[in-house]
Amino acid sequence: MTNDLIHATAAELAAKIHSGEVSSVEVTQAHLDRIAETDGKVHAFLHVDTEGALAQARRVDEAVKAGEQVSPLAGVPLALKDVMTTEGVPTTVGSKILEGWIPPYDATVTRKLKEAGVVILGKTNMDEFAMGSSTENSAYGPTHNPWDLDRIPGGSGGGSSASLAAFQAPLAIGTDTGGSIRQPGAVTGTVGVKPTYGGVSRYGLVAFSSSLDQAGPCARTVLDAALLHEVIAGYDHMDSTSINAPVPPVVAAAREGLSGDLSGLRIGVVTQFTGEGYQQGVLRSFEAAVSQLKELGAEIADVSCPSFDYALPAYYLIAPSECSSNLARFDAMRYGLRVGDDGTRSTEEVMSLTREAGFGPEVKRRIMIGTYALSSGYYDAYYGSAQKVRTLITQDFAKAFENFDVLISPTTPTTAFKIGERADDPMAMYKADLCTIPANLAGTPAMSVPSGLSDEDGMPVGLQIMAPALQDHRMYRVAAAYEAARGAFGGPSL
Amino acid sequence: MPSISRDEVAHLAKLARLAVTEDELDLFAGQLDVILQSVASVGDIATADIPPTSHAVPLTNVFREDVVRPSLGQQQALSGAPEAEDGRFRVPRILGEEA
Repeated sequence: MTNDLIHATAAELAAKIHSGEVSSVEVTQAHLDRIAETDGKVHAFLHVDTEGALAQARRVDEAVKAGEQVSPLAGVPLALKDVMTTEGVPTTVGSKILEGWIPPYDATVTRKLKEAGVVILGKTNMDEFAMGSSTENSAYGPTHNPWDLDRIPGGSGGGSSASLAAFQAPLAIGTDTGGSIRQPGAVTGTVGVKPTYGGVSRYGLVAFSSSLDQAGPCARTVLDAALLHEVIAGYDHMDSTSINAPVPPVVAAAREGLSGDLSGLRIGVVTQFTGEGYQQGVLRSFEAAVSQLKELGAEIADVSCPSFDYALPAYYLIAPSECSSNLARFDAMRYGLRVGDDGTRSTEEVMSLTREAGFGPEVKRRIMIGTYALSSGYYDAYYGSAQKVRTLITQDFAKAFENFDVLISPTTPTTAFKIGERADDPMAMYKADLCTIPANLAGTPAMSVPSGLSDEDGMPVGLQIMAPALQDHRMYRVAAAYEAARGAFGGPSL
Repeated sequence: MPSISRDEVAHLAKLARLAVTEDELDLFAGQLDVILQSVASVGDIATADIPPTSHAVPLTNVFREDVVRPSLGQQQALSGAPEAEDGRFRVPRILGEEA
């Protein structure tokens, strides 16, 4: 029974809970037990909120018993990335500078989940301040990939994706600034979606790079991701960049896609994302996916987006620049860590000592790169040029979408690498985000859906699907159709 | 592109309020140099005629009615403070001794 509950999809669990076949408390307890049993190996969670989860589950069970109408995911457990504030529950963002901080308010995403009756199991591990591609930058130790515990689960949302792959939760929330939902999804064999920028509120999402940060759903199936997408999306007056437009009909699109017919749909293969630096097993998996999409009736052709070659350097100027400004709020005065306040030191000295002690090496590196890129004398050459590249990337997307409904590529150049392998080489680490960054710079939606296992190392590979802004439903339709054609590809044994 | 020296890294750290150690200065000087050399390629295609994009979504100022809405109370706002006194944040001195 427990085994069935942890392997079920969110849609299946919701149906069982809402019909009274099983209680949310039973489902929640099964996942809490699974976490207790496996998280010593995986380390997906930084904090498990047993009491809060069971209390929410009981509320849903009572509502179901009373015959009340409950929302589509009510009673289903979820793992929440530790970048979202949770009232009364610790939020660290993977950093020592917020160790022990208990937020006095909920992020909008947190509030929407609670209102929808979703059961929040706990907070998941992440690269500090979402800066990284491996979760090795967490101040609380790395998360391990359930498919091979010696490998990284991707990042920054490695905890969220690993919890799905380890069957600790059927749903999770991630945030994606340069690929932090899609890349972990790809390397753990799970689904990860970055919605259109502004589609999901950033209120209460601890900021890294505000013009790029976007929260989104993570799940093991496309339909589950769509169901979660509709719970968290929508206009929010608390976020000045929130889009005031109807939420794209992603659930309907996912259901439509399951019929398996993509006749007449035009798919462009981005020619920049192949060749040198790409693992052969990843490319073979991608080619197989292209063939399957053709069999489903899609018309597929190559499309060149030359500026995408410059997306990675532009990103590693824009994101650090914005982070150097955003992270100025960690000043040791209003919340979080304070170090060296012995009565003799000035505010500025305490601030500098606290930030030195509280931030890890990658965060310091990015703050300093951003400070450099924004400084007078270098601004035009670095930050200014990066903003122009951003324009070119947006134009390349627009041109490509004149001829294609969606674009595809591998999500990542390689499968999950070994823990420690790229830790001392920042540029090698940054290349994990090569294919995912353009969508962040353009603000367009993109997702990763598993395309099976690499024939070389048996590790999961992701297919990236990109759509125009506010056309999120297009990629869900393609992903659901592909997922049905692909079939099951097994799961990790823990 | 100019390479970045150890002294420049020390200056950046000061601007960013990071009391970095001597060892970190050596480490970061090397790494920042490699990273900045790698990202400098943006200059290859960023010609004068291209307008910059700061944001993917065209931004306009957002206004709302000037009415009181519920917000954090004093106690909640101070709940995470490293130190508080008399309902206020307590901070180290902000002026020099002689000031």
